[in-house]
Amino acid sequence: MKIIKNIINLIKKYYKFILITVLVYLLIEILNGTTPIVPRLLTRYYMQILMFALINIIMTVSLNLINGFTGQFSIGHAGFMCIGAYTSAYFTTILFKAAKMAYFPQLALFIFSLIIGGLMAAIAGYLIGLPTLKLKGDYLAIVTLAFGEIVRSIVRASDEIAAFLNRIGLINFSETIDKISGPRGLSTIPALSKFWLVYVISILSVVIMRNFIYSTHGRACLSIRENEVAAETMGINTTRYKIIAFSLSAFFAGVGGGLFAHVLRFIHPDNFSFIKSIDYLIYLYAGGMGSITGSILAATGLTILPEFLRVINFQQWRMVIYPLLLVILMLRKPDGIFGNREFSFLVPKRKEVN
Amino acid sequence: MQYPVILYKTVKIFFKKLGKNMTKKQLSDSINNNILNYNKWANWKKYVFISVIILFFLFLYILSFGIQSFLQQLVNGIQLGSIYALIALGYTMIYGIIKLINFAHGDLFMFGAYISCFLGNYLIAHNFGFPFIVVLIFSMAVTALLGMTIEKIAYKPLRFKPRLAALITALGVSLFLENFFALSPENVPFPLNKIVFGPRFLPFPALIADATYDIAGITINNIKILDIIITVILMILLQYIVKKTMIGKAMRAVAFHKDACLMMGININNIISITFGIGTSLAAAAGTLFALTYGQLQSPYLGIWPGLKAFIAAVLGGIGSIPGAMLGSYVMGISETFATSINSNFGYVIAFVILIVVLIFKPAGLLGKFTKEKV
Repeated sequence: MKIIKNIINLIKKYYKFILITVLVYLLIEILNGTTPIVPRLLTRYYMQILMFALINIIMTVSLNLINGFTGQFSIGHAGFMCIGAYTSAYFTTILFKAAKMAYFPQLALFIFSLIIGGLMAAIAGYLIGLPTLKLKGDYLAIVTLAFGEIVRSIVRASDEIAAFLNRIGLINFSETIDKISGPRGLSTIPALSKFWLVYVISILSVVIMRNFIYSTHGRACLSIRENEVAAETMGINTTRYKIIAFSLSAFFAGVGGGLFAHVLRFIHPDNFSFIKSIDYLIYLYAGGMGSITGSILAATGLTILPEFLRVINFQQWRMVIYPLLLVILMLRKPDGIFGNREFSFLVPKRKEVN
Repeated sequence: MQYPVILYKTVKIFFKKLGKNMTKKQLSDSINNNILNYNKWANWKKYVFISVIILFFLFLYILSFGIQSFLQQLVNGIQLGSIYALIALGYTMIYGIIKLINFAHGDLFMFGAYISCFLGNYLIAHNFGFPFIVVLIFSMAVTALLGMTIEKIAYKPLRFKPRLAALITALGVSLFLENFFALSPENVPFPLNKIVFGPRFLPFPALIADATYDIAGITINNIKILDIIITVILMILLQYIVKKTMIGKAMRAVAFHKDACLMMGININNIISITFGIGTSLAAAAGTLFALTYGQLQSPYLGIWPGLKAFIAAVLGGIGSIPGAMLGSYVMGISETFATSINSNFGYVIAFVILIVVLIFKPAGLLGKFTKEKV
């Protein structure tokens, strides 16, 4: 009975949040033609854009965890995405043939592969974070950028690595690495990212990250952003918290990468280049650093905007208008659309804190 | 069976030292070197170690590919490094003065290359003498104007706002320049179709007759020599401007402390504009030389990767420092050509690997200043 009471309490507390997520989901499902009353308005193309928007939300909020809340300047997020995408695609496509499985084992395998992908990305984040997080500002930024490019290059050099392993005599390894087929791109990935699954996972990730930010650890991260020296004097192990934030962010970037691979069904290392990281940086700053609301809305809006311009026959001009709007936005609102503000349902109430 | 254990322990200690604060000895060393400036060569063993490693790799290269290939790659590397250096100087100057990573710099490089392409075609069609020098100077001037305009429109309003807002604006400007100039002229209304470059491949006019010399088995192109010479001339000119003239003095002052400059009657806006002008004109010179060397312009997106590499070179040398940018660029250019001659993927990735290794051991780059954080 206690559990039920707790759940009811939780629902009471967060009814706005639950209501909004459920309503948005229902709206999209209705427009997708699930009910017989409304005709199908969202084609598969639109649904794919929406899924990309959701994945971009995961990526942007996780980037916000480092850049916005911990105050570290990281621009190599696509590298973690690449690790997650290749790991989960390796599990569902090469190691197990998910396309031939029944529904539930397939789902379980997919979620398992996403988690493994996230963990691999988190380990990579830990390894790169350990030696480099003592760097400051732009130096850290350029190292994370370099990390992303190194990951991409390693994947792209998979043929050569396989040949090398073959020459040494590790034929088993060389065969599996050969199947990744870096420079040609990994195709025939099963389309496991259904809309509802992407939706649920993105909501879950955002909730977890939001809870992290409003927890004790999150407060420690915030204090590092505000003043690192002062935080250290207050007894906060800054290196440890930076690494925690970095790894957590990398984990969700890996999950996002896994989802991305199974929406697109074809991944190539060039999908995860420096330009992709820059996209997420733009979403983050346009929405406002240190604002989950801003990240969510800017990621959705800026994913849809170029596609919207394509739909209304601005094909030629879309990539000209998009940066222009961005420049105007930053000139008018240098803190981003939302600055530090949040939707009220994302912020815990005072009572809860005290 | 002991070896894996020993290896594990060594790796563990290594990472522990990297992640945590410095040990006492390291601390005292760093105080000696950076604060008291007690003895610059106190840790000479480190420098010897590093040079031995570099020499070892070079020796390995010579053993496996031969001395001729080594010298050939060295010349190519210096040529590539010169082009990187010209771009990196602009990056580092702009960073030094307003602490902005000007991501649009690579696109100004592209703009300079295209301008010189069009002007070169025009001059050759009209049988003009000395086309190369005219093209170079004209393209530098036009690109400097564009750079100063961008600074006025996009960066100036954000000067006293959060630093990263200007960074995003720079990204926006970069995307805009790339995508705007990549529009194809047929699909664009009248006044604009005269400006845009189009997404297609363009051959670059032969402004200088190509001549190849064969010196002791090394093939050297006269254009490559010209690249190196012009880079050196521009570097000397820049050093002269920065060190000897009043404008240079003002630039250094603005980079040091803006508010104090205001009190001393230095017009900050003008100085920043001039810095942008000089930086972007160097990028345009690099673009012209780049296009002349490779004889083609792929698309208006060609500035992205050279721009990024040059930025990395600037960080490697210590961003904000002009000699650092030169050193970093040559290190990057030479290592890149050597690595590319072994494997193309390796050539691409070596820049990043060197960067990470250098920054782990010298967190402010090769010649950057180590600044203490004040409370």
